[in-house]
Amino acid sequence: MELTLAVAIGVLTGSGVWLILRPRTYQLVIGLSLLSYAVNLFIFSMGRLRVGAAPVLGPDGAGSPADFADPVPQALVLTAIVIGFATTALLLVVLLAARGLTGSDHVDGRESR
Amino acid sequence: MEWTRQLLIVPILLPLATGAALLLIDELRHTAKALINLASTLLLLVAALMLMRVADGAPEAGGALSLSYAVADWPAPFAIVLVLDRLSALMLVLACTVAAATLVYSLARWHRAGPHFHTLFQFLLMGLGGAFLTGDLFNLFVFFEVTLAASYGLLLHGSGPARVRSGLHYISINLAASLLFLIGVSLIYGVTGTLNMADLAMRLPAVPAQDRMLLQAGAAVLGIAFLVKAGMWPLGFWLPPAYMAAGAPVGAFFVILTKVGVYILLRLTTLLFGGSPEGFAGFGGLALLWGGMATLAFAMSGVLASQAMGRLAGYSVLISSGTLLAAVGMGDAAVISGALFYLVSSTLAGAALYLLIELVERAREPGAELLAVTMEAYKEGEEEAVEEDEEVGVIMPGALAILGVCFGCIVLLLAGLPPLSGFVAKFAMLTGMLNVDGLGSGGEVAGSTWVLLALVILSGLAALIALTRSGIRIFWAPLDVVVPRVLVVEVAPIVALLGLCLVLTVKAGPMIRYTEAAALSLHAPASYIQGVLGPADPEGERR
Repeated sequence: MELTLAVAIGVLTGSGVWLILRPRTYQLVIGLSLLSYAVNLFIFSMGRLRVGAAPVLGPDGAGSPADFADPVPQALVLTAIVIGFATTALLLVVLLAARGLTGSDHVDGRESR
Repeated sequence: MEWTRQLLIVPILLPLATGAALLLIDELRHTAKALINLASTLLLLVAALMLMRVADGAPEAGGALSLSYAVADWPAPFAIVLVLDRLSALMLVLACTVAAATLVYSLARWHRAGPHFHTLFQFLLMGLGGAFLTGDLFNLFVFFEVTLAASYGLLLHGSGPARVRSGLHYISINLAASLLFLIGVSLIYGVTGTLNMADLAMRLPAVPAQDRMLLQAGAAVLGIAFLVKAGMWPLGFWLPPAYMAAGAPVGAFFVILTKVGVYILLRLTTLLFGGSPEGFAGFGGLALLWGGMATLAFAMSGVLASQAMGRLAGYSVLISSGTLLAAVGMGDAAVISGALFYLVSSTLAGAALYLLIELVERAREPGAELLAVTMEAYKEGEEEAVEEDEEVGVIMPGALAILGVCFGCIVLLLAGLPPLSGFVAKFAMLTGMLNVDGLGSGGEVAGSTWVLLALVILSGLAALIALTRSGIRIFWAPLDVVVPRVLVVEVAPIVALLGLCLVLTVKAGPMIRYTEAAALSLHAPASYIQGVLGPADPEGERR
């Protein structure tokens, strides 16, 4: 499972970095989204990977804290998702405005020669 | 004592409430919105000044050097804390001062150039207040994002192709930096299991040797996110164009944003690595020192090469952050004390320069203002009302003379020439650099210090040359001088900012005493930790 997750994060990050280096604004948005997915997974994995661990309490009441999955990274991921979502939405609006004002979807507003 | 503790939450709650309330007021009621915003900002300034008094008075009262506020009264390492010490109080006062000045300036015309200016303004203040006061890393991220989100909106305020284009770059770069921030924070959490800065500083020495690399990687990635914000070379290319494209009051307000990055780097390096825990002693110091110097060199050539005033101002902001980063990298208490003084002086002067540029440019190209066009596009029906308002505003007599004197003062401040505070600040910093073992006791001055010394002085020279050149071009060279229509309300904030610098010069003694105390308490992180977590735990291990 560790390997799967690591490969997934790696692939997402790699594609994201490649995309944000591209000249089109749409590629930029998708690249940033992919990167933020990668980062979210990464934060999640920092709470250690556990299978079958209770989120907070098991069915038979509280046990040792060692039996729980770490709740803090989950809270962090939630916050990061919300913030990432909002800023990406804002970036989309700016992207559309730039497209309308400059008539080009190049990040510099004009084609490079 | 209890009510002063409650005061700590004011810089976050007040702008939040005001910003939200302003959303409910109709966009056409400019005056009401402006008055509410102004009242809130001034109230915030008063609160910040009171917090500064509290922070400065703490040691005499025998208490801890820092004051903490547990949000919802949960105990410290588990819940959100706000921490006040001299440094954060100073930054808070500075931010509120710049905010008040730029707000007054914007009342002349800018605040009507687009929707929700006042709301975004308040949210930016809230983010700044939170970032200066927060005591844990994740909330730092949240407040950082609040600041950035508001700044995106403000940068785009007034619209137009130039703003949208540089806004696109600004937003993308900052989004990428925020992702780095998250990676750094989660790495640090993964290794230490805490996000509270004070708790982190306590646990750092106990990190096992095999995890140290991971933690250092986390700290470095986190640092890069702040260095992007502070504009260190080679991460600061975005800064001059973005700040140049922003409207004058927004650009002036943004001068404080680069200082947020510097503030956090200063806070974290001194708190976490200042006690030189094993394996972390002086971590990042060299990178900051050389990075700061590279920024200085880059910004210096940028200043000399710029033709447009806005670009020149952007590079002078970079000069200031390069100097500060190098000073943080040196990590010496006396240097940091001087650097804090420099931070205040250069921020005030930088903000004044941004405000001044717009007025001066108005003289050079009468009628060719982008703003007038965008205002028309924004609300056509209101055209007559706008013109009427402009007739009502008091036009400054002798505008060119006043602008010229203000410009001269700014040149002196940015170049660090006597008699103004820019000179005092640089003098304090250089004295700290040359007296390694304290004043008068000599000590070996390192080679890198000489390089930094030369760069700081040369950057002053470069700023002097570049600014004088533009000054001559603007004020002396034109044959038929067009006197700009400048309102009193536009000149007043510039004069006020420069007046503050003058006060800073006259009252340099008390100010240096304050920054010295701030720097010394930064170098004694134990009192900060004690202020947050309470007296040292007799059992030692917390978990």
